[in-house]
Amino acid sequence: MNNVFVYIETEGTQVAEVSQELLTKGRKLADQLGVELHAVVAGTGIKGKVEDQILPYGVDKLFAFDGEGLFPYTSAPHTDILVNLFKEEQPQICLMGATVIGRDLGPRVSSSLTSGLTADCTQLEIGDFDDVKTKKHYDNLLYQIRPAFGGNIVATIVNPDHRPQMATVRSGVMQKAIYEGKAKNEVVYPEVSKFVSPEAYVVKVLDHHVEAAKHNLKGSPIVVAGGYGMGSKEGFDMLFELAKVLHGEVGASRAAVDAGFCDTDRQIGQTGVTVHPKVYIACGISGQIQHIAGMQDSKIIISVNSDPDAPINRIADYVIVGTVEEVVPKLIKYYKQNSK
Amino acid sequence: MTKPLKIVVLAKQVPDTRNVGKDAMTPEGTVNRAALPAIFNPEDLNALEQALRLKEQNPGSTVGVLTMGPPRAGEIIRQGLFRGADTGWLLTDRLFAGADTLATSYALATAIKKIGDVDIVIGGRQAIDGDTAQVGPQVAQKLGLNQVTYAEEILKIENDIATIRRHIDGGVETVEVPLPCVITVNGSAAPCRPCNAKLVMKYKYASCPLERQPEDPRADLYASRDYLNLNQWSVADVDGDPNQCGLSGSPTKVKTVQNIVFQAKESKTLTASDADVEGLIKELLDEKIIG
Repeated sequence: MNNVFVYIETEGTQVAEVSQELLTKGRKLADQLGVELHAVVAGTGIKGKVEDQILPYGVDKLFAFDGEGLFPYTSAPHTDILVNLFKEEQPQICLMGATVIGRDLGPRVSSSLTSGLTADCTQLEIGDFDDVKTKKHYDNLLYQIRPAFGGNIVATIVNPDHRPQMATVRSGVMQKAIYEGKAKNEVVYPEVSKFVSPEAYVVKVLDHHVEAAKHNLKGSPIVVAGGYGMGSKEGFDMLFELAKVLHGEVGASRAAVDAGFCDTDRQIGQTGVTVHPKVYIACGISGQIQHIAGMQDSKIIISVNSDPDAPINRIADYVIVGTVEEVVPKLIKYYKQNSK
Repeated sequence: MTKPLKIVVLAKQVPDTRNVGKDAMTPEGTVNRAALPAIFNPEDLNALEQALRLKEQNPGSTVGVLTMGPPRAGEIIRQGLFRGADTGWLLTDRLFAGADTLATSYALATAIKKIGDVDIVIGGRQAIDGDTAQVGPQVAQKLGLNQVTYAEEILKIENDIATIRRHIDGGVETVEVPLPCVITVNGSAAPCRPCNAKLVMKYKYASCPLERQPEDPRADLYASRDYLNLNQWSVADVDGDPNQCGLSGSPTKVKTVQNIVFQAKESKTLTASDADVEGLIKELLDEKIIG
C-alpha cells in the first residue's frame, strides 16, 4: 500500500536506461515519503535475465511478469497487468519513461483507474498543496513539473484526490545511480493469467525491428547543436564536421528538426533528449525554454548567434556574436591548428 | 475484401506554439493567446490524410471530423470538409472548459458513442500545445477499443483487420489490429493533401450555430442548404455527465504556472574575429575543457 512504483521497460531482456534513471529518482521519493520502492516488469523469457539490471537501483520489491505474448509490447496485456496490480497494491506514485511504450501505456492505465497523469516531467518533487477552492490541505503530494505551451511556461501539476499519481519522464532527464543504502530486493513472479485476460492478446506484432542507436548524443561529453538559424540541411553539414573534429555529437533544436534540417532522434529539449555534456556549442539557436530544458545542465555553454540578445546567451559562458557561416569554420580551423 | 468504413477523425484547434514571438508572453508570465494564430494541430492533419486515403480505398466510407473547443473551432471542421471529409461535429459547452486529458477523452468518447457504429477513430499522436499524447489512448480505453499509437501508415484493411506500420523507439513495427480501433498518427506519416478548390467553394459558409450572428445575413442560405449547418453538441446533447467533464472531471490540477527565469551566467562576449575565436579555442584547450 502507498508505495512508489516504477514501470520497467525492456527490449527483449535488456532493461531500458530510462527505467533505471526512474528507479534512482523513485528511490529518493520513496525515502522522502518513508515508503518502499517497487518495480514492475513484463516480458517474455525475462526471468533470471533482468533482475540484476533492476534491483541494484534500490528496489524493495520487484514484480516480474514472464509469459508468452508480453514481448514485443502491446497495449492491452501490459495495461491489464498494471491496472490489476495497482488495484491490489494501491501505490501512491507510478513513474514510467516518456517513451513510445510509456506514452502508449500510461494514458491507458490512467484512464482505466481515473488517475491523473502528467507527461514529460522535467522535475519531480514532494510538497504540500492547498486547494484554494475547496480549502483542503494536502501533505506530501507529487509535484509534477513540466514546461507547457510549447515550452514557454513551466507548470507544476498535482493530483490531489486520485491515486496513483502518475508521471512520465524522458530519457536522460534523471540520472541513474546504484543505490548505496539497503533495499529489500525481494522478487516475485506472479502468474500472468491471473492478471491478463486471453482477449487482451488480439493485437499481433508481425514485424518488430529495432536498430541500435546510430549515435551517442545522450552520453557525449561534447555536443554541437544547431537551430533554425542554421538555415538548411546543408548548414548542418558543418556542424557534423565540427562535431567530428571535437569528437562530439550533433544535436538540434525542435525548430531545426521541424524544418527538416536534422533527424528527430537528435532533438534536444523537453520533447527530445536531455543532455549533460562538458561542452555545449549552440549554433543559431535562439533558446526557447523547451530547448533550454534539455541542455541547461551543460558545464560550459558556448553560443554562436548573430543576435547578441538571443535568450540562450543569458545562460551561456561564452557568446560569440557572429553568423554561423563565419564562426563555425573558424572554430574548426583553429581547433585543428592548436590541438595536438 | 473491402467494405465501407465509418471513420471519425479527432482534431484540435491549437495555438501555433511553434512560432512563438516575443509578444507571446505577457509581462505577468501568462500566455498571450491573442498573439498566437489558431491552427489545425499538425499531426491531426496527418491523421486526416490517412482517413481520406482509407475512404478512397474503401468505397462508400465516410469521414467525419470531431473537435472540441470554443465556437471558433468550427474552423477545424471546415478545414476537414475542404480536404474531403463528409461531416463534422463540434463539442462546445462551458462545461467542457478547463478539461485535462482525462476529461477531454471522456467528452470525446461520449461523443463517439453518440455518433455510433464507428469502425476507426483516428487522430494525431499529440497536440502541439500540450505535447502529452494522452488523449488517443484514453479515448480508446474509455471505448474499450484496441489502440495503435505512433502510426506511420495504414497498409491495408482486410476482413476487419487493419495492418499498420508504426514508429517505435529506435525502429519500426508492423502490427495487425482488429476493427473497431483507435489509431494515433505520427508526424512522420504522409502530409495532408491541400484544400480542394471546389470543396472550399461548397463549404466556405458552413458553420455551427454559435459561430453565426443573431441576424445572420446568410440565414436564407442555411435554411436552403442543410450541408452548411455543422453539428454542434453540448454536454447534454451527448448525454454526458457534467461531473466528468471540464475542470470538475480533471484529476490533475495546476498548482502554479511560472514564467521561467534561468539563472543568468556571467558570460564572456566575443566577436567573430579570428583573434577572438582562436583565443577561445586556446583557452578551452589550455583548461582541458576540450581535448
